[in-house]
This record gives sequence, C-alpha cells and structure tokens, in this order.
Amino acid sequence: MNVVLPAAATAARVTQGAIDCDIHPGVPGIAALLPYMSDFWKDSFVRRGMDGFDLASYPPGAPISCRPDWRPATGKPGTDVAQLRAQALDGFGTRLAICNTLYGGQVAASETMGAAICSAINDWIAAEWLAADPRLRASIVVPAQAPHLAAEEIERLAGDRRFVQILLPAAAELLYGKSYYWPIWQAAEKHGLPVGIHAGSMFRYAPVSNGWPSHYLHDYVSQSQVFEDQLLSMVSEGVFVRFPTLRIVLIESGVSWLPGFLWRSVKTWRGVRSEVPWVKQPPAEIIRHHVRLTVQPFDAPKDDADVVAALVRQIGADEMLLFATDWPHWQFDGDRALPAGIAPDLARRITVDNPLATYPRLQEATAP
Amino acid sequence: MSKHVVAAVAEIPAGGRKLVSVQGRPIVIFNLEGDFFGLMNRCPHQGADLCAGEVMPLISADQPGDYQVTRAGEIIRCPWHGWEFDIRTGQSWCDPARVRTRRYPVEVAPGAALVRGPYVAETVPVAVEQDYVVVEI
Ligand code: FES
Repeated sequence: MNVVLPAAATAARVTQGAIDCDIHPGVPGIAALLPYMSDFWKDSFVRRGMDGFDLASYPPGAPISCRPDWRPATGKPGTDVAQLRAQALDGFGTRLAICNTLYGGQVAASETMGAAICSAINDWIAAEWLAADPRLRASIVVPAQAPHLAAEEIERLAGDRRFVQILLPAAAELLYGKSYYWPIWQAAEKHGLPVGIHAGSMFRYAPVSNGWPSHYLHDYVSQSQVFEDQLLSMVSEGVFVRFPTLRIVLIESGVSWLPGFLWRSVKTWRGVRSEVPWVKQPPAEIIRHHVRLTVQPFDAPKDDADVVAALVRQIGADEMLLFATDWPHWQFDGDRALPAGIAPDLARRITVDNPLATYPRLQEATAP
Repeated sequence: MSKHVVAAVAEIPAGGRKLVSVQGRPIVIFNLEGDFFGLMNRCPHQGADLCAGEVMPLISADQPGDYQVTRAGEIIRCPWHGWEFDIRTGQSWCDPARVRTRRYPVEVAPGAALVRGPYVAETVPVAVEQDYVVVEI
C-alpha cells in the first residue's frame, strides 16, 4: 500500500473547481486486463507469456513518466487510485478529470490483439476507476491500426456518457489526414466525441522524418513536429471539410510552438491554395476553430509572465487552451500547473469554460 | 478624376493584357472576353509586377478532391509568391476583405466620341473610326 500524502494542503486554488483534461491512470500489467478479455485472449496472453505493454514513448522508469513526489513506493506510476485521488484530484481541487490510458493496445502490431487490449482497457477503466470516483471521466482507447475496429469500439461505448473523448497516439501508421482514418472521424462526429491525440508513437517509422534519433531527449522533444504534421495532414487533406463538427484535442503536445507554425502554414497556403482548393480558409483559422491543446507542458519560461502572455496573444484564440496536470507525468513541480502570466479571467476559461465547451458530455455532469 | 485613353481596343485581344502608364501609375489592362478591367500593376504583398503573372481559372472545391475549374482566365497569380487576384475586382483570394490590388474603372469608347473630349489622349493617337480603351483615375 502506498503512502498517500495530504497534497490538498498546498493546493493552488486557482485550480479549485478545474477540469483536468489529461491524467494517466496506469495499467499495472496485462493480468489486470485479463478479466475483461475473451477466453481466447485470456488464454493467449498467459500461454504466450506476453506482458509489459507500456508504451516505448513512456518507459515507466523515465523521469517524464512520473513526477518524483508522485512516484508510488511500489508498482508503476499512476496505478494507485488512492494516490490519484489525493494527488491529482484533491491536490488541485479538481472537479472533473479525464483519464487517458496509455498502453500497448493503441500501438500493437496485430490489429486484433490491439483491439482486444483496447476494449479491455475501456471496460477496466469504467469498472475500476470511473466507478471509484464520480469526478473521473475517460477517453475511449481504440486500435488506430484498424480504423473499422476502432469505429466499432466507439459504437460499443458511446452510450456510456462517462466516456467523453476518443484517444489516438500522435504517430500512427499513416498521417491522420488520409481517408483510411475516415471511419474514426465519422464515428467521433456522430457521437459528438472530440478526438484526443496524445504524444506517443506506434514506431512504425522513425519518430522524426529524417531518421531515427538515438536518445529519449530527441524522441520526446521532436514530438511537437509530429503534432504539426498531423495538423497539416488533416487540414490539407480536407478532414475538417468532410467532418465539419470534428474537434481535435492535442494532448501533451506542448503549446509554444503553435504561433510560428500557424504563421508558416498561412503564409505558404496563400501561395499554393489552388492545390488544395477545399481548404477555403487560412489553415490558422481552421485550426483555431477545430483544435484545442492541453497546457501541460506549455513550454515557456516558468517565471516570465510576459512571454506567456505574448504567446497566448499570438495564438489568437484563448478558447483553444485546456487545463491539464498530465498527472503523474513530470511536467512541473509543486502546484504550478498553469503557466505564469495567465490572468485570472483567462485562468477561469482554461480551467473551466474551455473544457466544458470542448467536451459536451462534461456539461451534463455540471448541469445544475 | 480624369479619363485617359490608353490603347486601341484592337491592341488587347480577348484573354490578353497590356501594361500602360497613366500619370506615372503602372496599370495592367485585361480583356476578359470583351470586358476590360484595370488593376494597379503592383502586388499588395511585396510589390511584384502583377502583369508578369500567370493568368489562371478559378480552382475551387466543396469537398476533398472535388476540383472545379471555372472562370477561365479571370484570376491573375502573382509571379513572386503565387497569391491569386480576381481580375474583375482586384481582391485577393487568400484574404479578400483586407488584401486587394487597386482596381481602376475601364470603359470602351468610340474614337468619334473621344475627339470631342473630355478625354486625355497622352500617347495614343485617336482615329474616329476605331474604339479605344479608356481608364479613369
Ligand atoms: S509579391 Fe505578390 S505574392 Fe508576394
């Protein structure tokens, strides 16, 4: 049993009543999921001795994977519901939090094994986490390796209103603008579910387009390029034309790269727009309308309010930003979950109004 | 406001264009199937000569891959960075509300009317039996 420290005493009250759009309950191991699997898969995982489906993007021992004071004395990061309650919920005065499970089903090479793990995770999170605390909500994890199976999984769970989003890894097998993924966007749109794209890769190809990096430093830092590519792909292939109410949430993408990227995409589009004539507005406008980002990490100096204020101004749409702690990942220390320089009214929008506007199902939970 | 004779109609065939100078202002005259339009020959982006650009149709699409080609010859594309301008209005396609090149009214007048004035025929000799392109600035 892990010791639960009373983090609530130090809670930053700017986050009181906040909606945390990214927390990570951890899967202890495949054994925890077996009760939620078919006989075939129950037997197969045991007989073949397969376990350890943690994402290569988040090795459990890596510093990013767990903040030191949040690391459990035993077991993997994020696996203790009492710690989650004390650190992530009570610790920040959180009203609602969205669980984004990161585990091998989303990246498995086998379509059917990936689907089996994903659907077990969804049933496990509902039974063992959502049922344990009324403040918790979850993303539906799906096998992007097989968009038709992903769409089936969305259909299976969309009726449970505690699932408020669909979760995909930042790098899959193809760029997300390709028509191969339309079944996922279609199901998301049909059920009014935003699609969260979370840092992490299937590693079917190098995580950066010009080669394999040697170190975790390179892998993690370069994730923001992957997000840029996915946005460009979805905009230029016309995903938002075909699915006009689709909403995408970039999770753990970082934020401060966005202004320069928006500028560059508009500048280039102006000269070549006839190549993609269905892109009728500047890409920045399309992205501002359809895309949201969680604010951990923000990637700006922690004590320079002017820099943060300038970045928010350049992004040009403060409804894009969503509060997140990224618990238990190590993005900040203490209770500084919001970047410096966020004025109180903007803090209120980021922590409450923007999440409610982004996730329609959360409005049901907060309705008087 | 003054009206200036800048060319004989026969000099600018349908689909053609001609760069003229009116009181020091460079203006491109376009002939779109017999309708004449005049645009300032300076791209509002960084000043390239618009008359050196490529004339295009309007390419549009309501859905991905659903290319529609209309308004042949009515769009001029800046030779430097490719911004498109509507020859009829001077509006840019990328930001029509804010980015446009100046448009000048153009009309066709018979030589017989021109010799009576109040037109300014700086460089174009006018003959009564011909039609002329007249720009107002
Ligand atoms: S100068 Fe015309 S597009 Fe840049």
